[in-house]
Amino acid sequence: MDMRIKPIVMPKWGLSMSEGRVTGWLKKAGDRIAVGDEIVEVETDKIAGVVEAGDAGLLRRAIGEEDIVYPVKALIGVIADEDVSDTDIDAFIAAYVTPAGDEEEGEAKGPGYEFVETDAGTIRYARRGDGGETVILVHGFGGDLDNWLFNIDAIAEKATVHALDLPGHGQSTKTVGNASVDGLAGVLLGFMAKLGIDRAHLVGHSMGSAVSMAAALAAPDKVASLTLIAPAGLGPEINADYLEGFVAAQSRRELKPVVEQLFADPALASRQMLDDLLKYKRIDGVEEALRAIMAAFLESERQRRILSPQIAAANLPILLIWGEEDRIIPAAHARALDGRATAEIIEGAGHMVQMEKASRVNDRILAHVADRVATPA
Amino acid sequence: MARKISFKQAINEALDLEMRRDPTVILLGEDIVGGAGGKGEEDAWGGVLGVTKGLHAKYPGRLLDTPLSESAYIGAAIGAACCGMRPVAELMFLDFMGVCFDQILNQAAKFNYMFGGKARTPVTIRAMVGAGFRAAAQHSQMLTPLFTHIPGLKVVCPSNAYDAKGLLIQSIRDNDPVIFCEHKNLYGHEVDVPAEAYALPFGEANIVRDGRDVTIVTYGLMVHRAVEAAAVLAKQGIEAEVIDLRTLSPIDWDTVIESVETTGRLVVVDEAHPRCSLATDVAAYVAQHAFGALKAAPQMVTAPHTPVPFSPVLEDLYLPTADVIATAVSRITAREKLVA
Repeated sequence: MDMRIKPIVMPKWGLSMSEGRVTGWLKKAGDRIAVGDEIVEVETDKIAGVVEAGDAGLLRRAIGEEDIVYPVKALIGVIADEDVSDTDIDAFIAAYVTPAGDEEEGEAKGPGYEFVETDAGTIRYARRGDGGETVILVHGFGGDLDNWLFNIDAIAEKATVHALDLPGHGQSTKTVGNASVDGLAGVLLGFMAKLGIDRAHLVGHSMGSAVSMAAALAAPDKVASLTLIAPAGLGPEINADYLEGFVAAQSRRELKPVVEQLFADPALASRQMLDDLLKYKRIDGVEEALRAIMAAFLESERQRRILSPQIAAANLPILLIWGEEDRIIPAAHARALDGRATAEIIEGAGHMVQMEKASRVNDRILAHVADRVATPA
Repeated sequence: MARKISFKQAINEALDLEMRRDPTVILLGEDIVGGAGGKGEEDAWGGVLGVTKGLHAKYPGRLLDTPLSESAYIGAAIGAACCGMRPVAELMFLDFMGVCFDQILNQAAKFNYMFGGKARTPVTIRAMVGAGFRAAAQHSQMLTPLFTHIPGLKVVCPSNAYDAKGLLIQSIRDNDPVIFCEHKNLYGHEVDVPAEAYALPFGEANIVRDGRDVTIVTYGLMVHRAVEAAAVLAKQGIEAEVIDLRTLSPIDWDTVIESVETTGRLVVVDEAHPRCSLATDVAAYVAQHAFGALKAAPQMVTAPHTPVPFSPVLEDLYLPTADVIATAVSRITAREKLVA
């Protein structure tokens, strides 16, 4: 294979993705590409997203045709510098073979989820990557481990990553014992103990950030660093209408305008995403679980548990990431950790910033985790 | 957690979970235990196609093997429902419903209305429907329109295991009589189904596939044929939206109308006979409520107005195929191209 030629392939976003549809090119053949540039839009059965450049150079070929479905890892474009001849590029394209989808370990057997019995009940999790630091991804209210579908594999290239479903969520137990932020932090620590994880970098989204902070305060020796993404727990304001709307919605029609608030680009709330959420919400016990968590989380439509003063005083590296257009928790809450955390406010992103601007978020998380390894606290 | 199970297993699981949850749920039917009075192992069979297998052992005394008298045990189920139970009666084939019409359409369907809401009839009647099983004219009919015609009845006809489980659980929890139609050719079809109990609301259609050019409205086995047709049409540049009604009473008119307002074209696919059916019902409703949006005449794809033939060759011709559906779509999309 000619190393001067860099393939752009159909990405694999999440454990269940096997193919994706090219929906539009944002660059055209001949354009100069920098690492991180948005090149081509792709839609999966879960979500629409953008493929970003992993290499720099000229976009020499835009192969993927609009509205055509390609398997994961199929060649959809080619990047190379101008000194590479067209003949070499054509030869590269002709010789390219899409790797079989099931070559990755475990995929042939299923979607790669695991289950563990904890004191809090059955917890589902995904484990990706091997070696390096251990990172645990903690989703927010009403979410599940698939909220990390654009992140888990990228982070797993340099770390061992676990993503779990909190009780009442995803495919974990629908029985929630202590539904408070601190109760859920106890579940997280119990999960770590059960899996033999002594110390981990916690990455929390929204309510998962509050849970991660509470875990760090309860067991400081177990937490190597915190990454707080659109975090709860830094200030009292929160869009309580969103929480109530999410729990109350009984149909696609009711849920759509609620879920659209999560994104800067409401089109990302695809029908498939809404259907998946409804499937989850309709399981017996879910509404009660969500209501219990919400009741413990809110007090007169404001956040009950503010952790910023304690967490600012703790000896712990903190990375803060927020979407500028967050309509659930105001990005202004970042000020609560001024001078205490590395803060990254990302424009063009809403509450689900880890989905909307995945590669930027992934880069920041990896750098944050790597820094801790280079200079241990 | 979710795993792949068949339509038949999904029905079994729904019954199992509801019997565990609610002690008033009982099952009645022919041979659903294994043949009362006969020699041999109880629960060996679990109904004519084994749908209730294993439940007798788990819930002894709550599955009643009945005599070969549909009139008697459907009446008994309806009576039990009026007295506080939540019976699920297995009628084997919907074709046999004829002998219990008074119990269903004159009694069960009317009580809530005639007693001013004081009487509820939370009975579920499960029965197999549909052709393609080489079971001849008296065991193959798609008689859904007979029941959608009756106010007071709810009518369900799922297309896959996920919907079957959630809709059967909803049927059992529902306070009205429900006719629950199971297409026998879907019993082996598998999809991801959560192990937990969940209820799917009635009157919510499922958009199986997005499309901008034509709306295909259907239910049951025909959903799969319509999706096949849509894949063929996509190669010709025609994007079909496929709507699975899931429940026929109540029916999700909003989803149908919204889709037709986008696509401007309607094809209804119904395995029932062409007269006074879901096909005519949907076509008429759309013509009345979205006439201005239509770019072409609504099309119906149905079985012919004949009994289901026993000859395998003729039976295969009887059921609408993906090709026939694609042709119906081409008829109205081609005309549009001529005009434009």
